[in-house]
Parts: sequence; C-alpha cells; structure tokens
Amino acid sequence: MEGSVAYENDLNLKATELRLGLPGTDEREEQSVSNVRNKKRPLQDADEEFGANGKSDAQNETATPAKAQIVGWPPIRSYRKNNFQPKKSESDGPGIYVKVSMDGAPYLRKIDLKVYTGYAELLQALENMFKFTIGEYSEREGYKGSDYAPTYEDKDGDWMLVGDVPWDMFVTSCKRLRIMKGSEARGLGCGV
Amino acid sequence: MQKKMAYSFPDEVLEHVFSFIQSDKDRNAVSMVCKSWYEIERWCRRKIFIGNCYAVSPRIMIRRFPEIRSVELKGKPHFADFNLVPEGWGGYILPWIVEMAGAYPWLEEIRLKRMVVTDESLELIAKSFKNFKVLVLSFCEGFSTDGLAAIAASCKNLKELDLRESEVDDLSGHWLSHFPETYTSLVSLNISCLGSDEVSFSALERLVGRCPNLRTLQLNRAVPLDKIATILRRAPQLVEFGTGTYAAELRPDVFSNLAGAFSSCKELRSLSGFWDVVPAYLPAIYSVCSRISSLNLSYATIQSHDLIKLVCHCPSLQRLLVLDYIEDSGLEALASSCKDLQELRVFPSDPFGAEPNVSLTEQGLVAVSLGCPKLQSVLYFCHQMTNSALVNIAQNRPNLTRFRLCIIAPRKPDYVTLEPLDVGFGAIVQHCKDLRRLSLSGLLTDRVFEYIGTYAKKLEMLSVAFAGDSDLGLHHVLSGCESLRKLEIRDCSFGDKALLANAAKLETMRSLWMSSCSVSFGACKLLGQKMPRLNVEVIDERGPPDSRPESCPVEKLYIYRSVAGPRFDMPPFVWTMDDEDSALRLS
Repeated sequence: MEGSVAYENDLNLKATELRLGLPGTDEREEQSVSNVRNKKRPLQDADEEFGANGKSDAQNETATPAKAQIVGWPPIRSYRKNNFQPKKSESDGPGIYVKVSMDGAPYLRKIDLKVYTGYAELLQALENMFKFTIGEYSEREGYKGSDYAPTYEDKDGDWMLVGDVPWDMFVTSCKRLRIMKGSEARGLGCGV
Repeated sequence: MQKKMAYSFPDEVLEHVFSFIQSDKDRNAVSMVCKSWYEIERWCRRKIFIGNCYAVSPRIMIRRFPEIRSVELKGKPHFADFNLVPEGWGGYILPWIVEMAGAYPWLEEIRLKRMVVTDESLELIAKSFKNFKVLVLSFCEGFSTDGLAAIAASCKNLKELDLRESEVDDLSGHWLSHFPETYTSLVSLNISCLGSDEVSFSALERLVGRCPNLRTLQLNRAVPLDKIATILRRAPQLVEFGTGTYAAELRPDVFSNLAGAFSSCKELRSLSGFWDVVPAYLPAIYSVCSRISSLNLSYATIQSHDLIKLVCHCPSLQRLLVLDYIEDSGLEALASSCKDLQELRVFPSDPFGAEPNVSLTEQGLVAVSLGCPKLQSVLYFCHQMTNSALVNIAQNRPNLTRFRLCIIAPRKPDYVTLEPLDVGFGAIVQHCKDLRRLSLSGLLTDRVFEYIGTYAKKLEMLSVAFAGDSDLGLHHVLSGCESLRKLEIRDCSFGDKALLANAAKLETMRSLWMSSCSVSFGACKLLGQKMPRLNVEVIDERGPPDSRPESCPVEKLYIYRSVAGPRFDMPPFVWTMDDEDSALRLS
C-alpha cells in the first residue's frame, strides 16, 4: 500500500482519474499505473497511447505484447476456426524426419516427409540425393528398369515397397527408408 | 340480413381459408382481426416460430396453440457464436420437450438454433412423438452420438436429420446402424459437423442405398474421397451433396470413377464439404457444374487460379461461400461468369495474421457488385476499405438486403483518405432501401448512426463493434430505425442516456445485446424497474454487480421482451433486473 502514497506525490494519477481499467478493479489499475510510472511518461502520452476507449485496449495490453487478440474478433464461429487448417508455406508443426540408407553408401541421410506432396516428388528427391535412377513403378511388378528399389520399414516392422499404399498412409506409417540394390531389389519385384 | 351472414359463416370454412396462410406474420395479423378469428386461427395453427426461447414459456405456447406440429426455437444471442456468451448461460431445450411431450403427441418437426440439447432431450423426443419427421439442430451443443442413436432407432418416419455445425460428443461411430433395416424414409441427412471416426461407412452406405427419396446428403470430413463414388452411385437422385475430405493421391482410376459418379447425378444443384482439397480432383465435378446453384468452398484451401477455373464452370451459380484465397482476380472472374449470383460470403483464411496473406481488397467486392445484378446478400471479410468503394457498391447494388462487412483490424479508417467510413456506410443505407441486415466495421463515428437512423427504415438487424463516440450514436439508431428487431453491440462507448431515453423502443424489438460498453449497473436496475415486460439481464463474471458502485459499467447486458417473466435457469453470473426487488435474484 506504500505504492499508492508514492503515486499521490509523483504523478498524482489517481487525482486526475486516469483510468486504464474498469472502475473498481484496483489491483489492475495499480499495475497498469505502475507500468506507466516505470516508463516515466507524462500524462498526455499515456492518454494518447490508450486512446478514448482505453478499457479494452488496456485489458489486452496486460495480456500479450505484440498483436493482442481480442475475444470474439474477428467474428468467426469457432466451428469454422477449428475445422479449417490454412495452408502455410512452412510446415505446420514438427516435420516427419526419417533416415534414408542406400545399399553401398557410406553414411545415411535424413529427410522430412512432410515437405513432399506425393511419391513423385519424394522419389525425385531421393534420386537427386543419392545420384541414381529409380525404375518405373507398377503395382504388379514394382520398380522395373533399374538396379534400385526404394523400400521402407513400416510401423509393424515390415519392409515394404515404396508406392504400394496411398501417400498419406505411407507418410504416417513410414519409420525409415532403405534404397535396396541388386538381387535383393529385383527379388521384391517378383510376385511377392 | 347481411350482418347475420357474417356471424353464421362456418368455422370450417374459415379454417380452410386460413390453411392457405402460411407465414407467421400473416397468421398473427389474421388472429388480431376479431375474437372469433383469433379462436379459429389458434386451433388450426400448425407451425410456430419463437425467435427467443425466453420470450415465452412452453405452457403459454401450448395454451394458445393446442395443435402444433412444427416448432422452431432460437436460444442464445447471436454473439454466442463468437464466444461472447459465457458457457452455461442458458437456452435449454429440455423443459420445452417435457411440456410438448404431453401436449403435442403428434409433433412432427423441431428446429433449434443455438440451444443446449442433451441426450436426455433427444431420447425424450424419440420416445414421445410417434410421427416425428424433422430434426434440425443448428449451432447446438450438449448432446452426443448416443442421443442420435435414440432418434435413429425410434423415429420410423424420420425424414430429415440436420446437425448444422452443432458440437456433438463423439462416443461411438455406430449410431447410424441404429436406423433399422426397414427404415427407408430419409430425405435429408447432414452430418458434416461430426468429428472423425464418428460414422460407420458401411452403415451409411446401406442407409443411402435403401432410401430412394434421399435428396440431401452432407458427409463429414472423415469420409474419404474414394468413397464418394460409391455413395453417389447409390443415390444419383441427390440434389444437395456435401463431400468429406476431397483429397487423395491422384490416381486415374479413382478420378474417372469419381467423375463418372458425379456425371450420373442429373439433379445435383448444391455442393459443399471440400475439406483438404487436392485441386487435381476438382475437374471430376465439372460435368455437374453447369447446373450448380449453390457452392460452399469455405473449407477449401485452394488458390485463386483453381478457384477461378471452377467458378467459370458454374454459370448458374446463385450462392457462393469461399475463402479469401479467391482474391480480387477470382472475384472479377466470378463477376463476369456468374450473372445469377445472389449471395456471396468470403471468409478469411488467416484471420489472426498480422499482415494480409492474400490479395483480396475492396476491389473484389466492387467488381462483384458491378457484375452481378441480382446480388442481394454479402458477407465479406477483408483488410481494407474505402468510402468510395462503399459508395460504388451502394450505387451499383441498391437491391442489397443483407450487407455484412468485416474489416479485420478494429477501427480501421478509409486507407486512402484516413477518414472514418461513415460516408461509405451512409451510402449503403441510403441507396439500399430494402436493407434488412447490416454489420458495421472500420473506423466509425456517431455520424454513421445518424445516417442509419435516418435512412435504414427497413433494417431489422444491426451489428456494431468498436464504433461511435457517444450516446448520440445509439440514440440515432433506437429512435430512427423503425423496423429494428435485433441490435447487438460490443466495445462501443454507449452508456446510459440513450438506453433509458429509448426504453419503450426495446419492447418493440426482440433483443438488445451490449458488451464492453459503458452501461452502468444503476441504469440496468432502473430499466428493469421501469419496463416490466423486458427481461434485463446483466452478465458479469466479476461477481455480483451490487458489490461494485452503481455507476460501474456492467460487462455484458442482454435485454429482451418477454411475456414469460424472468427466467429461473440462470447461471451464477447472470442477474435479472427485476421490477419487484430492484436488487438481485435470491441466490
């Protein structure tokens, strides 16, 4: 309570009734007044800063620093807010990083599956990364026309051929990738 | 002799004549002609609309109208949609169902908006009304799939089940299986609000397959794209269809199957859903686009060029809901392709972003107002506006009946002249003489309210936020807007004077909402005392208003006319200003 005595002597804000919060909310008033006091601003500046409708602005001031979010504004129903995921250029949340190994290569690489929109992009990226060519995919025969076959280990621990399941399912079930070479790769293509 | 004829006119004949009078307004007018017409009318009224569930009690309704078959009720104030009405405020349907269960055993239709519906209520509906046909729950909450299961199991004559954007508790995905195998009367099903995994797809498939009269089907997001073709092939007679997720890895066989399924739907006029859209799949609907009159793409996160391609295929479009990804260029394309457009709603894709993420400005709306001669209804979210654009829009489209503009940053002026937008909105109300609904935004002084009070004589609903300077603004509206029924205000410096001076006006309106304004507790008490036919509700989560000075503004105020007196189901943070005890209700 000594604080208020100091107020009386210093800026005398109480006497001029500069209210930054709703009347009756004394704690808040003290806090916001002390903010002003610490910044050593004269009265006029403080008034301009908080504007004519100081109430709602002040309440938000104490909440978040930069762009203060006002309750219920803009007026969009929460159903719409919850159900709609806007596309952002950088991925929303953590990426899905998986290790990629290639038979014969000395060390592994890591890629973020979230960055790709489908198998075509992923395979292109793998080709670029390891400087090789993947054959053509067909459901019946796997990857034909090259010594390599992209495979992955799924959640059940099984090794699967990349491309058999829908992309979304692949992204959520893939634990790591392995680019198989040679006879092992060819074996996968035949009547498994 | 002629006088006697009037008295001996048989009631049955009058009843027959009245049966052709459907609108509530006309029915109400008919009932006021004379006592005998009042009596005849009340016995043959079948449909009732109650815009505020607390304006009247179930008993009063039943006493006057003993033979109702269809009830429509609205509960919470509109601003509840934006989290301004605290949880637990009210709007419970159960007491109504309990009363109607006894009085209206032949009730067929219940339509609710913004009400709290429990599983108990749904179970009671299922049990009590043998010929129940229509259940529409818009923006409701409080129930789960168990309640839906009860409806499905018991309502043998159900035609319509529409859960428009309600909040439903996911308990089991199998409620759909509760429709018996013998049930075939479904006409309309909207489950688009259900969360993932709440619907058993095989049950849905069988249901759709055995209901030949199905005209409306709106799926939820969990239904994958590759299931759409299966559904459509079982229901090629659909008129309204809502997809689930419209995304899948692009596969030619899936695409052609989908396109084929759509093309067999010759009656399709309305499309919605389109969550997570993969643009490559959009051409699958091109075969039906020429007949499409309503398109809801408001969840479709696709870019302007894809939207333009789609919209240009839809020359018969009357109603479009879309995200601001459409941008000004897309709206210009819309304006040149869709000359029958009546309603446009543009929603923000990034409402909380600091900077605009898309190139959608006032120009897009001006283009549509110029190019679409039948445009009547607008809801537009944008980041900037000018008075001259608004004047243009008003002059181009004097036939506007609903104009809701939301400039996302509060109190934003005309970005060119830096003036308030008073003149722009003034032009809207001056030119659009049949304007019934208006939402304001941007920097606005008391002047805009003077324009509104002077010109907006047909205005029924007005929404105001962060606007005005003084009580004069509110006074203009309350004293000038003759047709005003609903007024909702937030964060404006309106106080006691205008409210008390126009107290009588409030009895001619359905309701008034004021939050974060400057209406004092003392004024609320006075209003409650002066106006016994108004319920003056103070909503304040800081605790009892009488623990603060009388001059202290209340947080929120909801005033509505009522013949039912104060309600008794209020939560602890709501107080009714009674005429009896000018203090508060007993706790």
